[in-house]
Amino acid sequence: MDLTAETVRGIAKLARLRPNPEEEQRLIQDLSAILEFFAQLSEAEVDGIEPMAHPLEVDQRMREDEVTEPDRREDYQEIAPDAREGLYRVPAVLDSD
Amino acid sequence: MSEWETVIGLEIHTQLSTRSKLFSAASTQYGAEPNRQACGIDLALPGVLPVVNREAIRMAVMFGLAVGAKVRTPCVFARKNYFYPDLPRGYQISQYELPIVEGGEVEIELQDGSHRRIELTRAHLEEDAGKLLHEGYAGESAVDLNRAGVPLMEIVSEPQMRSPEEASAYMRTLHGIVTFLGICDGNMEQGSFRCDANISMRQKGEKELGVKVELKNINSFRFVERALRYEQQRQIDALESGKPIIQETRQYDPGTDRTRPMRVKEYADDYRYFPDPDLLPVVVDESIQVELAKSLPELPQARKTRLIKQYALSADLAAVLVQSRQWADYFEATVEAGAGASTTARWITGEVFARMHKDSTELAEPPVSANSLAQLLKCIDSSVVSNSAAKEVLAAMWKGEGEAEEIIEARGLRQVGAGADLDQWIDQVIEAHPDEVEQYRGGKDRLLGFFVGQVMKASGGKADPKQVSEQLRIKLQSG
Repeated sequence: MDLTAETVRGIAKLARLRPNPEEEQRLIQDLSAILEFFAQLSEAEVDGIEPMAHPLEVDQRMREDEVTEPDRREDYQEIAPDAREGLYRVPAVLDSD
Repeated sequence: MSEWETVIGLEIHTQLSTRSKLFSAASTQYGAEPNRQACGIDLALPGVLPVVNREAIRMAVMFGLAVGAKVRTPCVFARKNYFYPDLPRGYQISQYELPIVEGGEVEIELQDGSHRRIELTRAHLEEDAGKLLHEGYAGESAVDLNRAGVPLMEIVSEPQMRSPEEASAYMRTLHGIVTFLGICDGNMEQGSFRCDANISMRQKGEKELGVKVELKNINSFRFVERALRYEQQRQIDALESGKPIIQETRQYDPGTDRTRPMRVKEYADDYRYFPDPDLLPVVVDESIQVELAKSLPELPQARKTRLIKQYALSADLAAVLVQSRQWADYFEATVEAGAGASTTARWITGEVFARMHKDSTELAEPPVSANSLAQLLKCIDSSVVSNSAAKEVLAAMWKGEGEAEEIIEARGLRQVGAGADLDQWIDQVIEAHPDEVEQYRGGKDRLLGFFVGQVMKASGGKADPKQVSEQLRIKLQSG
């Protein structure tokens, strides 16, 4: 299964990566090989098997609706790349939503 | 000229009224200082794991039961992947193929009193993103993650609405349902209830859907109708002049009453959903469904019908009262405390509402209890005070000056019925207006109103107008 350069560029864009042409070539080969490897799964006999979202036969434990988290803003902001006046700061994003 | 049919579908985001977030135990309280309610899970620190809030699941199940939908169990949380600074994890935890609520329907009522059923596609749970601030940060953006992780339920309708009016009626109906269920506070200014509207046009009789436009983030019933009306006309104009509709996202600007395209994010719709491996499938026990089904409160439509039947209210008054559960409860509590139903309905939707809206300070509930209001209304129904005097009494009660009876006595507002005082005032008025008396006796019946007014004036507003007009009629005729 060979991925096209265009597909790989699309995936890179979604992952916020900007590979140079050399890296792009390597990605095409690596990703194609990975997909081929995964394609082996389609050889498995799955007739009559229900699709599952999780391999374990257990379901989600839930918590009660209680507020137990303390306010640790100062601790968290100390390790943030940039935070001022209680707000995390990032390069400007201008999309209107 | 061809005839166009409008096709509208709505996606409504309701914020669920849980105390803590969907996957963390941080508070959801509105209005906190920035980032004081954003914990390690909300911030996506390495190694943290989400844990599902049981109450959010219960609320979604309640909604599903209330609209006759299928509650899917197990349902599955999925990751919706995209990069944006208001989403620290790089994906939003949502539901995709296996949402908690599937199907269902609601009945909407239109202005002309007709009813229509609108089917729902699904309702799923997801977490809200944080808030981005752009103004005043010197070329940067600032992020407040208090809202990140707050539980939302997105309710998706089938594209079955055929006019902007139907869309706003549908939005109102759902607002009524989620607030009566107590699963959403319905506060539209704070964004607890907002919608995205999809609209397309097609030739009447055509089966295929036309190209749709999505209107984002509308947080008012009025705006949804106006935005859709503008968009409907814009699309018809384009189609009739042979221009194709472009599938896009537009935003409504209430200031100009127009919609305009939003910046298109490349690849924005490629979210690469997949089941979240951090979360197991969520099972809703049959027993929980049975328990919740039993405890479902009466919903607006049913309550309206009952109010009309039980209290002989007009459909209009009943409709106003069931616009919120609070007012429907207040009405019934006041009647329960002994006031007449019709007087109560009129006073709550009249004076009480006017006072609630007049106070610029936002009142969560009226400062006069249902019981106290009932005492005042009983005084009106038994003619102890006149309607206008009662307004004065209510104003005083509003300010906390005491109960109705006390205020009536203290201010001398007790209405004077038949008796010596009334006779005296009537005699004075008849004596003072011989010309009018003669005209009245000559057949000019309309003058009775004039005499009643004069007597009321003479009494300083204390006379009972009903008694006045009865006594006047007798005296004027017997002269």
